[in-house]
Amino acid sequence: MQAYVVSNLVVGLLVAGVALVAWRAWRSRLWREAAAGVARRRPASLAVVLLFVGVALLDAVSWIGAPREDEALSLRKPRSLIDRAFPVDWNERSYSRPLAAVEFYGGRALRHPGKHLLGTDIIGRDVLHLTLKGARVALLVGGLTTLIVIPLALLFGVSAGYRGGRWDDFVFFLISTLAAMPSLLLLIALIAVLGRGPVQVCVALGVTGWVGLCRLVRGETLKLRELDYVRAARALGVSEVRILFRHLLPNLMHLVVITAVLLFSGLVLSEAVLSWLGIGIDGSWGQMIDQARDELSRDPPIVWNLLSASLALFALILAVNRVGDAVRDVLDPRTAGDAG
Amino acid sequence: MLSYVIRRTAYGFVVVLGVLFFLFVLFFGAVKPEDMALRAIGEKAPPEAIQQWIVNHGYDRPRLWNPEDPTDTLLVEHFRSMLSFDFGRSDIDDVEISRRLREGIGPSLSLTVPLLILGVLFGISLSLFVAYFRGTYIDTVGVTLCVLGMSVSIVIYIIGGQYLIGKTLRWFPISGFDPSPGVVLRFLALPITVALAAGIGESVRFYRTVFLEETHRDYVRTARAKGCGDGRVMAHHVLRNSLIPILTQVVMAIPFLFTGSLLLESFFGIPGLGAMTVEAIHDNDFSTLRVMVFIGSLAFIAGQILTDLSYALVDTRVRLE
Repeated sequence: MQAYVVSNLVVGLLVAGVALVAWRAWRSRLWREAAAGVARRRPASLAVVLLFVGVALLDAVSWIGAPREDEALSLRKPRSLIDRAFPVDWNERSYSRPLAAVEFYGGRALRHPGKHLLGTDIIGRDVLHLTLKGARVALLVGGLTTLIVIPLALLFGVSAGYRGGRWDDFVFFLISTLAAMPSLLLLIALIAVLGRGPVQVCVALGVTGWVGLCRLVRGETLKLRELDYVRAARALGVSEVRILFRHLLPNLMHLVVITAVLLFSGLVLSEAVLSWLGIGIDGSWGQMIDQARDELSRDPPIVWNLLSASLALFALILAVNRVGDAVRDVLDPRTAGDAG
Repeated sequence: MLSYVIRRTAYGFVVVLGVLFFLFVLFFGAVKPEDMALRAIGEKAPPEAIQQWIVNHGYDRPRLWNPEDPTDTLLVEHFRSMLSFDFGRSDIDDVEISRRLREGIGPSLSLTVPLLILGVLFGISLSLFVAYFRGTYIDTVGVTLCVLGMSVSIVIYIIGGQYLIGKTLRWFPISGFDPSPGVVLRFLALPITVALAAGIGESVRFYRTVFLEETHRDYVRTARAKGCGDGRVMAHHVLRNSLIPILTQVVMAIPFLFTGSLLLESFFGIPGLGAMTVEAIHDNDFSTLRVMVFIGSLAFIAGQILTDLSYALVDTRVRLE
């Protein structure tokens, strides 16, 4: 099957999965009130996050489409909805200022004078287009990695905390070992070995990222295990699986949600650092920034590339950080009472 | 106390062994020696050259089990060389790795030590200021600024700082390094300023949380009820008691002074261990990467043990068992 078909299917499944989780959460009063609380505290940031998600989803669905006569064969590759919002021959030959009518160097007339809102880059690609496409990469890094981190952390954390004994010793040893390696170095080593590519980067980020959540979950499970209602359930002969799913997991979910949201921005920022070291994901904002860093030393400097990518990155991270703080305020029992 | 130290160190050693095993799986299990050779001497190398390279670097040993001599395997050699700090030569350019480490440690320390000290000083004083005005709009503005600062990528701080301070204002040289005493500060000023700006948001937020947690305690209320002024409460009661969590955090950071800073060093041309690591990444120099990860984890484990001990020394309520 073609790669883009697989990718479309995965996106479809993901959206369905998220919708299912959201629907389940919506039925519980606790989560409905928490969501309303976050929306009340940080409406603007939440809107920004949703906007980025929307752009990313638009860019995630792609297809080839019916052939047209004016198209060269080389153009017959899958294009996403975002790509389709721009004409096929939207490229220029080289740099041009935002909304310029002529090229930045040499002053030749552009094919589309005044149409490139954020200018074009060194090989004439539209910067607005590239920036919009970066949203998909950022959400892929944050989202896919979170999907790797949460099951790993829950599986190891809950089982270690609940069963204790040798298994707990082993998991604790595993966590200590992974945590002992400096995360950036470990990331680099993993990518050097796994090879470059979006999935590899996400796996590497996942391997370094699950440890913190696992430790939290293990600690919380140790505490919950001794609580009266869990003991009562055990005394009544409730099966272990049922105890895990009915009594432990729901009481761990707030930790998972808080950590996942706070983790997200860290992951996207890590990807920027990786791009800067030359091992990031193609098309990310980090890579745009990396490519643009020499453009500042030109005379006159070329700033629109750098500014567009940095501002997009900044806006997403800021919004996620603010939403994350609100989520923690709402869900964390220690702060839930403070400052309404 | 002594038995605790011994047990803690022993567990640390076990974790070191775990790290070494992980590194072995990562670097020898997932990558074939042929691929390492190809990356080292070029994709188009003839097969004889590849074989020669593998033999020269000792990668021709069996990985796990050698029927003739059980000690002559890659696994044993990997553990032996790491644990005896006999790192051998780089896969790429045959320079001794330990010599590189010795050369890089000076520039790295001259960057990281002042950075840690200034970072802690700035962090504590700014966050004391913000925590003093807790609940007012100074606090709100301060926290908002912290979140804004945290949301900017370190990469942008570096590029922006270099452009603004180095190029437009021309205060300091853009990059480079010179170890002679009079000049070194001129080269370090820019990276240190940039790193301070990049880290200040997160540290102020952390210290502020620590301070605020203290201000809710009973003894603070008692002090205030006895007529203690706000400033005195902050400086004498809150700060002193908050120093415990702060101290442990700082102690944890000390071993990492020795691993240098990847981004700052490579971008500002400081020939330290961080820059060396970045070079190793670009050259696919697995032998150097392996050593750096190993040293980094040694540093982390040492930091953890130091943290536990300093905690027990400072906080007399803690009893080590």
